[in-house]
Amino acid sequence: MIRLDNVTMMFTGGTRPAVDRLSLDVDRGDFVTLVGPSGCGKTTTLKMINRLIEPTSGRILINGQDALAVPAYELRRSIGYVIQQIGLFPHRTVAQNIATVPLLLGWDRARIDERVGELVELVGLEPAILTRYPPELSGGQQQRVGVARALAADPPVLLMDEPFGAVDPIVRKRLQQEFLQLQQRLGKTVVFVTHDIDEAVFMGTRTAILNMGGVLEQYDTPETILAKPANAFVENFLGGERGLKRLALRPVSQIGLERGPVVDVATTGDEALRVMDEHEVDWVGLVDGDRLLGWVDGSKLDGGDLRLLEPRPFLVSLDSQSSLREALDAVVTSHARVAVVVDDGVYKGMLDLEAIAEEITE
Amino acid sequence: MILAQESGPLFDWDWVARNWDQIIDRTWEHVTLTVVSVAIGMALSLGLSIVAVRWRKAYAPITWITGLLYTIPSLALFALLVPIVGLNATNAVIALTSYTLLILIRNTVAGIDGVPASVVEAADGMGYTRRARFWKMEVPLALPAIVAGIRIATVTTVGLVTVTAVLGLGGYGFFILRGLNTFFWTQIIVGVTLSVALATLFDLGFVWAQRWLTPWARGAR
Repeated sequence: MIRLDNVTMMFTGGTRPAVDRLSLDVDRGDFVTLVGPSGCGKTTTLKMINRLIEPTSGRILINGQDALAVPAYELRRSIGYVIQQIGLFPHRTVAQNIATVPLLLGWDRARIDERVGELVELVGLEPAILTRYPPELSGGQQQRVGVARALAADPPVLLMDEPFGAVDPIVRKRLQQEFLQLQQRLGKTVVFVTHDIDEAVFMGTRTAILNMGGVLEQYDTPETILAKPANAFVENFLGGERGLKRLALRPVSQIGLERGPVVDVATTGDEALRVMDEHEVDWVGLVDGDRLLGWVDGSKLDGGDLRLLEPRPFLVSLDSQSSLREALDAVVTSHARVAVVVDDGVYKGMLDLEAIAEEITE
Repeated sequence: MILAQESGPLFDWDWVARNWDQIIDRTWEHVTLTVVSVAIGMALSLGLSIVAVRWRKAYAPITWITGLLYTIPSLALFALLVPIVGLNATNAVIALTSYTLLILIRNTVAGIDGVPASVVEAADGMGYTRRARFWKMEVPLALPAIVAGIRIATVTTVGLVTVTAVLGLGGYGFFILRGLNTFFWTQIIVGVTLSVALATLFDLGFVWAQRWLTPWARGAR
């Protein structure tokens, strides 16, 4: 979809190239994060794709066509662009901001209105906001408008330059998750610049790690980069807790869950004791059909009716979409040393420390 | 004071009634000289501002030349222009216009420079052509600064028009000059008061116009 072929960018007056003979292929539907220390040329690389910066040498192909083949403004109208400072037009209402590219493309009024309505819903904004001006909005709202504006003409490619860098960490996390959900539906080809390695591995399907002067150190899936850093620079840049970072990338659903020491309340206390022995634990989980009730201490079992016991709830409960990192947290904070997984009230199973560790060291 | 004794009461309402037609004529003259001069000044400075924004190197010479014009005393400038264009309204308009340039250009360029870089980058990234970006983004966003310049230029021009009385024009300046020559206070007061009132009206008009032109700046901020 996007191909950078031996691209070099030398700014006038610079002694070293900002980007040095960089080659990078981005497949259709890929979410590529460009990450590296400041001065690594990641923003320059991004801006060369929509020709806000034109390379000194090398070629950039978009959908097989040389980016230089069409006028820059025409190329840019076919590429969504989101920047950290958002750059909403303060003299235009939210609706007019979102309609920017459709207006430039000369869509008719009715089509634009319909599209703006769709987008507002898509990015989770209230329609009432449409007649307001950008300075009246919160940072999170502004960022959503920025995303809606970039998506307005339904461009196949989206370029994002630290789009969530200016909002506070809590809003950032939410915007990241929302955007990933959006991306699952839209399937855009995204190139996303960030200086934050955690954001890079969380958001990307592929991550490009750049070194000073636009040197590509490693370009692979986040999983592979974390598991097998190509060199000392990448290892150093990834920082500590690489194991935890990898766990954060994997959903619980990837692991085969155990049913664990769990019995149905319809069975007997003897059965419960047998299950406890089998799993070599001093507690037992109780389910009622597919509903998880909680757990009871083995000493409370008296062979009587399990329905008469008062099970204690598991404090942390995950669903299939939770990450293994969250699962690990649940394990170490739970009395029973397990993390239970429940989807929409249905008990799916549990996992323990060993299962998580196996997953990471395989 | 001797002046007051000689000319009877300090303000003679009868004079105002008797000379009403002339006051109307001079009002028209004052307004015309002001509007024509400021309008030409606006057109010229917009052109020169575009040049200055587009070619940064041109900005220093432009401000240097218009700054020089600004320092020439108005009486001297009128006199300098007499051999070239004669003793007429053209002379007045050229001089008055030249005084508006520095203020208008400085404010326009400052206003355009004040447009946030992120807005410019976003406009470029969305696919605005350079020309469209200038007219649809930079000019509207520079409007508060541009209007501020127009307000100063207009108020200054209203005052300076009175000096063109030496050319036989002058708007309200005609009354001031004649009043000074004849020690007749009523004419001086009429000339000064109306001139100040006119400047105030223009200024209020621009304040209102700016509110109307920049609805986005009205909201909470």
